[in-house]
Amino acid sequence: MQFMLLFSRQGKLRLQKWYVPLSDKEKKKITRELVQTVLARKPKMCSFLEWRDLKIVYKRYASLYFCCAIEDQDNELITLEIIHRYVELLDKYFGSVCELDIIFNFEKAYFILDEFLLGGEVQETSKKNVLKAIEQADLLQEVSKFNFSGQSISMVGCESKKFLFL
Amino acid sequence: MPAVSKGDGMRGLAVFISDIRNCKSKEAEIKRINKELANIRSKFKGDKALDGYSKKKYVCKLLFIFLLGHDIDFGHMEAVNLLSSNRYTEKQIGYLFISVLVNSNSELIRLINNAIKNDLASRNPTFMGLALHCIANVGSREMAEAFAGEIPKILVAGDTMDSVKQSAALCLLRLYRTSPDLVPMGDWTSRVVHLLNDQHLGVVTAATSLITTLAQKNPEEFKTSVSLAVSRLSRIVTSASTDLQDYTYYFVPAPWLSVKLLRLLQCYPPPEDPAVRGRLTECLETILNKAQEPPKSKKVQHSNAKNAVLFEAISLIIHHDSEPNLLVRACNQLGQFLQHRETNLRYLALESMCTLASSEFSHEAVKTHIETVINALKTERDVSVRQRAVDLLYAMCDRSNAQQIVAEMLNYLETADYSIREEIVLKVAILAEKYAVDYTWYVDTILNLIRIAGDYVSEEVWYRVIQIVINRDDVQGYAAKTVFEALQAPACHENLVKVGGYILGEFGNLIAGDPRSSPLIQFNLLHSKFHLCSVPTRALLLSTYIKFVNLFPEIKTTIQDVLRSDSQLKNADVELQQRAVEYLRLSTIASTDILATVLEEMPPFPERESSILAKLKKKKGPGTVTDLEEIKKERSSDMNGSAEPTSVNSTPSPSADLLGLGAAPLTNSAPPPSSSGSLLVDVFSDSASAVAPLAPGSDDNFASPDLASSEVVSEEPADTVHDADELFHKFVCKNNGVLFENQLLQIGLKSEFRQNLGRMFIFYGNKTSTQFLNFTPTFLCLNLQTKPVDPTVDGGAQVQQVVNIECVSDFMEAPILNIQFRYGGTFQNLSVKLPITLNKFFQPTEMSSQDFFQRWKQLSNPKQEVQNIFKAKHPMDAEITKAKIIGFGSALLEEVDPNPANFVGAGIIHTKTTQIGCLLRLEPNLQAQMYRLTLRTSKEAVSQRLCELLSEQF
Repeated sequence: MQFMLLFSRQGKLRLQKWYVPLSDKEKKKITRELVQTVLARKPKMCSFLEWRDLKIVYKRYASLYFCCAIEDQDNELITLEIIHRYVELLDKYFGSVCELDIIFNFEKAYFILDEFLLGGEVQETSKKNVLKAIEQADLLQEVSKFNFSGQSISMVGCESKKFLFL
Repeated sequence: MPAVSKGDGMRGLAVFISDIRNCKSKEAEIKRINKELANIRSKFKGDKALDGYSKKKYVCKLLFIFLLGHDIDFGHMEAVNLLSSNRYTEKQIGYLFISVLVNSNSELIRLINNAIKNDLASRNPTFMGLALHCIANVGSREMAEAFAGEIPKILVAGDTMDSVKQSAALCLLRLYRTSPDLVPMGDWTSRVVHLLNDQHLGVVTAATSLITTLAQKNPEEFKTSVSLAVSRLSRIVTSASTDLQDYTYYFVPAPWLSVKLLRLLQCYPPPEDPAVRGRLTECLETILNKAQEPPKSKKVQHSNAKNAVLFEAISLIIHHDSEPNLLVRACNQLGQFLQHRETNLRYLALESMCTLASSEFSHEAVKTHIETVINALKTERDVSVRQRAVDLLYAMCDRSNAQQIVAEMLNYLETADYSIREEIVLKVAILAEKYAVDYTWYVDTILNLIRIAGDYVSEEVWYRVIQIVINRDDVQGYAAKTVFEALQAPACHENLVKVGGYILGEFGNLIAGDPRSSPLIQFNLLHSKFHLCSVPTRALLLSTYIKFVNLFPEIKTTIQDVLRSDSQLKNADVELQQRAVEYLRLSTIASTDILATVLEEMPPFPERESSILAKLKKKKGPGTVTDLEEIKKERSSDMNGSAEPTSVNSTPSPSADLLGLGAAPLTNSAPPPSSSGSLLVDVFSDSASAVAPLAPGSDDNFASPDLASSEVVSEEPADTVHDADELFHKFVCKNNGVLFENQLLQIGLKSEFRQNLGRMFIFYGNKTSTQFLNFTPTFLCLNLQTKPVDPTVDGGAQVQQVVNIECVSDFMEAPILNIQFRYGGTFQNLSVKLPITLNKFFQPTEMSSQDFFQRWKQLSNPKQEVQNIFKAKHPMDAEITKAKIIGFGSALLEEVDPNPANFVGAGIIHTKTTQIGCLLRLEPNLQAQMYRLTLRTSKEAVSQRLCELLSEQF
């Protein structure tokens, strides 16, 4: 996998992970182009598209789009399930995850991703093992995590409180 | 700042994020961010030492600001400080900041590497994990230099924790991708392979990715991974869905690992060990069988995971391309998916079938789905799926279905999405060219392309149609007629004006006999479009006009008037003005002869890779297109070989070689196809027999004794005689053009003949950038005088050789040009037939009908007449036929034959000793698509030879 992007329906980038060295300028350009391309697609369309010399695999969960760029010989369907497993991990960790959890705890989203994928390859597929690693780290932590699910917080962008996992 | 208390998290960060989200405008957001940046900067610069928590909080804020898309130019040092904190969360945030923000050439890298080194040595698995993640995320060369030796040790050490092993494997993979030269191979490699046997499936999952990448580059060293991967895969696919516990995903056992193992196996050919091979086949069959079982869950995750494994298994089957049974099963499975209700599966089935189409075992099976694919093209609502359908149609196209597929693509083009029109245009153009049996179909197809999608017809496409029309004289008349008709449309695309202008400028004469397309009408038609066109097209049209001056002297004054008008001569555009001025002058001062030379028909274009195909390759990435073409080429050699024998040998036959399919081998040592193999023998036996009766006084000798004896005997036989039959025959009716071309060398000719003498300029072009050494062309047979050429030919240079020719007596065989030279380290040896044929020494003779028939009767001795009845090889166009008879050298006698459909000609062959009068008559039978050609000359051998040569032309 070359990179993974999470962005909202409004086109706001929520998480970016790059597994190939690129300049900041290039990253911004790619992000802009891809967000535009994916947001323009209609709901029932297929989850794969060709883009430059890469294959894009994306899926929408509530208000968030998860979008991965893979290489020609990579497997699209298994990438789709990489996305799903990542959402499951976030969901389990935050307990019914919503977009706000990812905004306010962006660093956690990164840590979970690093346990699951490393260098663009799947490192550990067992939900238990990934979460065990994260929770162990949390025990070392002197503070508890923020959890916004289900709470009513007066913030803009109400749809971002929708649970990703329905 | 609110007081920070334990258990409150990074409250300051949460408040900041909320503030940003509450900003009503972009400006407000930027203002808030700038305020925060100023605050953080002052904290970092302040005198008071910050505690770890504050540092962490501010670094985290900077990270957030960066992720919003703003530039961050400070804080790196504080982040590096966090790395050496003993608190896990501070260390963690420090590493995160560095992973996201530090680029490889940062000056801080030494400090960072130091911190990483400490953590790797800490033996604390959590710290080691963080350090390894950081290396994998940054992956810079400096990090590879520092750690590429260390990480393999961690990976294979017996006491390393499983989770650390997993990170180490993928960390090493990342370093190997950035700097393969820095990762030392060694003892550890064999131990890594054995990780495939590890009890921990997470370790196997991570290790498989590493092994796959290493095996791609070092297949020999990782060969043992094949049997291990097969047995691991076998255990997974046969396990019950609960066996693998948390590694089972929606009832599918270890789908990610299965996919990775199947990918690893694609680095190798089918296993040689029959036991391993049998086991693998069983696995693949099990996977195919499972696809037919009822689903264990209705969840899409279940079917996705199952089908992910299935598609990867199909990729492996296609990669092995050795088990027809599996290939056909794969094809059937994909056939089912083509009509699946899930769009994703239809998409993938179309994609996967594209590669299946290139296997000889399954090509036919794929073709049976043509109707479904065409239907997909018409009904799919998603453009990316339709795009796949277009790709598949392109991949499954062969001679048997080309007309249908091209028609469907043209049909689709009318409504196709703008984003894929250009690609479809390229594909149609390529298929039409590649599978054209009848070049009129090709011309029609391209003109249709321009009509339907003129804006998407790139220059390459319309250049190509012109190259093909110029190189194939059988289609020139038709092309002229068709473009003329197409130009009649009130609104036609500018690309059509370009094609039309060019073709009429070259071949307008072929349709000028028809009063409906007389020269003046052609000119007026083109000129009516002139003012609507862009500058480059106008420039092209001006060139057409000057060509018309040569083709049609009767409209010269009309054209001169146009050129002379103010709008041309005083045009603001320099190029147009210059053309108008120069063409006007040229038409005024040049004699008819000079005009005829300057404005002569374009010589054939050198045969090289189709520029369209190159463009498609560029668009689609090299891999896909080339592979398919290569395989298609191989297949075409057995399947289509009979239909068009020239398409597979190295002879530049237009239909094949324009696409670069029959690219000549780099060295000419490749064995020639069987047909020219036997010809090789013929040529030498013939030339030997021609040389043998050299006894003085023999009337039939045409080679001077010294030439024959000194050269023929001393020559080693050439490896290949480049017969280039089709090109050779082209030269029978014309004198200039490209005689031979391969990847190294191009040979061009220009020649002129008068009576029994001739002069030929041979141009040897070195197409490479390297010098040719010991370059020695030699000639066999015929009375030729040449000056030796310089023995070295520089890269990219062209040398010229002049050959003076004398026809001593009538002759049969064309002389052979043998060329030897050194290129790089290899010795090149090739031979081509020089197109010096008996008819070159023709002088046309005009005579009346009465004279003709009188002489015809005089030559009534049965030995003087040779007749041949043969099938037309090219469309039977009267204008082209006339042009060819004139090109052949005889006079074309009008109104001599009582049947106006017949052609008669007369001329005299000049040799040194005698002159031989020749009469010919060609009777076309349009209904039967046949010709009858009759030659009468005073000499049997001459009648025979001329009849042979001329029969090849129609």
